[in-house]
Amino acid sequence: MVIYSVFVVNKAGSLIYHNDHSSSRPEVEKTFGYPLELTLKLQDERLLVIFGQRDGIRVGHTLLAINGEDVSGTKLGTDKNERNVMDVLNDPSNYPISIKFGRPKLSSNERIMLASMFHSLFAIGSQLSPEPHSSGIEVLETDAFKLHCFQTQTGIKFIVLTDPRQGGVEAILHRLHELYADYALKNSFYALDMPIRCELFDTSLQAVLEQAEKSGVYSGV
Amino acid sequence: MSRQTGRGTETKKVSAELFTLTYGALVAQLIKDYESDEEVNKQLDKMGYNIGVRLIEDFLARSSVGRCHDFRETADVIAKVGFKMFLGITPTVANWSPAGDEFSLVLDNNPLTEFVELPDGHQNLNYSNLLSGVLRGALEMVQMEVDVTFLQDALKGDNTTEIRLKFIRRLEDALPAGEE
Repeated sequence: MVIYSVFVVNKAGSLIYHNDHSSSRPEVEKTFGYPLELTLKLQDERLLVIFGQRDGIRVGHTLLAINGEDVSGTKLGTDKNERNVMDVLNDPSNYPISIKFGRPKLSSNERIMLASMFHSLFAIGSQLSPEPHSSGIEVLETDAFKLHCFQTQTGIKFIVLTDPRQGGVEAILHRLHELYADYALKNSFYALDMPIRCELFDTSLQAVLEQAEKSGVYSGV
Repeated sequence: MSRQTGRGTETKKVSAELFTLTYGALVAQLIKDYESDEEVNKQLDKMGYNIGVRLIEDFLARSSVGRCHDFRETADVIAKVGFKMFLGITPTVANWSPAGDEFSLVLDNNPLTEFVELPDGHQNLNYSNLLSGVLRGALEMVQMEVDVTFLQDALKGDNTTEIRLKFIRRLEDALPAGEE
């Protein structure tokens, strides 16, 4: 069983902790000849595949590296030897060329945005409820993952993204609450409501996730 | 200072004496640092508040107590679960006000004062004032504003120690979404 990631959101809706546990972002590397059979487009400072799905490279993937060299945004290489990726790809003399594609990783800004967005969704959930005294969103299910959310009485939200078949997530969420009480709040150098940068919290959280994955409770296939 | 943890069989206990002596050292130092007893009381209350706002999370994570919708419920939880968990004692809840918004916690044996004799000239010192800060801070985090005062103190010759809690208001705007 897989636990993808953990988020902790404070009562004001800002992200105070984030952990990517297992990544489900496969990367594909392929050697191309000139001209490139893919249509690329620049979007949000990233080069995105918008057409030409083949060999595991999918629409929506971004360009991660060229000839083993990491691409950051639209630039290739380090400061001294910086080149524009499009210039490199448009120059036939650079071919054959090996390009690595994959799903883009969320930047920390995007994560912060998504966390506060969920904070509002959670509130909307309880507002829209046809029944009185409803909680906010506790589980959000898709065909690829399941989001579990636990809000403490003080308003801190613990959010865990897992495989849809992972069981016992409620127990994991309560364990995370305990870890937060122990390793974040009892750390004298941790300021309330601020991002959690405590190594002990990190390592014990890692241990909880690993243990939960190993004993993965199946609630299905 | 003992407590039961919610981690199944694993329990962590700390010697009450170690806690009591550490607290004593803290108060003694504060008396040296500040000129008036009132100032010491204020500092203890402030420290207690800072402890309380963190301690509440530990309490909630390890007890399965839900949200209280009545001050009587709150009183019960504080006395029977909270004090038991962190100090190993169960104070008596007494002297309810007719409106049900005020009650007293009566401590027959206060673990903090076990070895203490108050020196002369400190009649205004509330030796255990940290407790009032803790109660105030912890309740504030679950959206209850309360006023906490010491009515009686066994250290000052009273029969018991009596802490008075007065409910002021519900902090509605701090109420998290999905909690009525």
